[in-house]
Amino acid sequence: MSEIRYTKDHEWIRVEGDTATVGISDYAQNQLGDVVFVDLPDVGKKVAKGGEAAVVESVKAASEVYAPVGGEVIGANDQLSGDPALVNRDPMGEGWFVKLKLSNPAELAELMDEAAYADFVKGLG
Amino acid sequence: MDNSAAAGDLKTTPLNDLHVALGARMVPFAGYAMPVQYPAGILAEHLQTRAQAGLFDVSHMGQVRISGADPARSLERLVPGDIMGLEPGRTRYTQFTNETGGILDDLMVTRRAGDLFLVVNAGCKEQDFALLATGLRDCAVEPILDRALLALQGPAAVTALARYAPAVSAVAFMSYAEVDIAGVRCFVTRSGYTGEDGFEISVPNDAAERLARLLLAEPEVKPIGLGARDSLRLEAGLCLYGHDIDTTTTPVEAAIAWSIGKRRRAEGGFPGAAVIQKQLAEGPTRKRVGIRPEGRAPAREHTPITDAAGAIVGEITSGGFGPTVNGPIAMGYVPTALAKTDTPLQLVVRGKPLPARVAAMPFTAKRYAS
Repeated sequence: MSEIRYTKDHEWIRVEGDTATVGISDYAQNQLGDVVFVDLPDVGKKVAKGGEAAVVESVKAASEVYAPVGGEVIGANDQLSGDPALVNRDPMGEGWFVKLKLSNPAELAELMDEAAYADFVKGLG
Repeated sequence: MDNSAAAGDLKTTPLNDLHVALGARMVPFAGYAMPVQYPAGILAEHLQTRAQAGLFDVSHMGQVRISGADPARSLERLVPGDIMGLEPGRTRYTQFTNETGGILDDLMVTRRAGDLFLVVNAGCKEQDFALLATGLRDCAVEPILDRALLALQGPAAVTALARYAPAVSAVAFMSYAEVDIAGVRCFVTRSGYTGEDGFEISVPNDAAERLARLLLAEPEVKPIGLGARDSLRLEAGLCLYGHDIDTTTTPVEAAIAWSIGKRRRAEGGFPGAAVIQKQLAEGPTRKRVGIRPEGRAPAREHTPITDAAGAIVGEITSGGFGPTVNGPIAMGYVPTALAKTDTPLQLVVRGKPLPARVAAMPFTAKRYAS
């Protein structure tokens, strides 16, 4: 059974065992607008919690995607190079960014669950 | 990620309620709460303007009337453009320059029957009003504060506007007419900032929303925000003040010296004339050029530009994604030796040098008759 957690920077992380998939939330893709390019890390790159995991570019601007927890990049979503708009169409599914092997699963406890994130977004107005 | 830009000390345009009603995302821009996009999004708004027509609120820009014995002659003391040679009813692009040939602002000047009508950038307008007031003591300089400014841009703009004002069909590009639109006296110039045919419409503040709603009800017209305004002008190769041109760049370096007429080149008589005339005669040491990254990654403003060997030679002044080009586009300054179309360059994006080439501008074909 996988569980999904969120950051205040609007990344999501879906954990299965000691690996996880990272993307950006529906709120985030809506705020960014049309995604035209995603810069993904190389497999094998080690990222710290809060470190830059990817860059997502809309027509207007480039935004960093931060690693919700620390780990090693074990996969990147190659589909995004040909179809970056997947991030807009299916942010929580096909529009994922990277897969991580977690270095410290205890860091997950600091993230918001679905209900807490929904409240957090509501509070942004 | 701020949805409530209307808060704080921001000024609003007469169309603010309309923007909010249309679901715009409002952002601060040059001291105003302005729509960066509507629910359709920047990509759709951009393509809408290229395919049909888009309505932009540009009421934050400054409008000025200059009258006097010979306002064209007077204004030439501040700008390198040939204003005296401008026929009544015609519009011309020029710049306010400083003593070193740098650009204080760029503007449109229309010669009307008894005066000049200027449109200047929002971010520079207070400074421009002051410059005009002190520089043109032989004229009356009146900022026009009781009028909003709408831009209707795109290949179908003329069709939509002509339903209300048939006379606009006969107005040539870079020309002016005063027309009644739905009973409201408007100053209309056939011009714009998108690379498309279109109009800028100066309308009394109290009639602006009514006119905007009428135009938006036309089947060809949709509302367009500042986001698409920026991507449209970038594709068209047009400069954005404060980014591609500023007090450190001359019109010659910026590749807008076409706006300096023959007589002014010979006679001078504008601020920085010596510098600009020297650059016109000898060529500038650097030039603004169009740049196409070869991959898909956009190169944003301030991205370092290197030559093929990796030495830094300049930086990107505007860059992003061109929806019509369907790829990244940019402009920036490079040494004249590297300014030829197809010259290979590298753009250092997030520490990585990415291949790019100098490209002819506009990036998309211009579609107006000038």
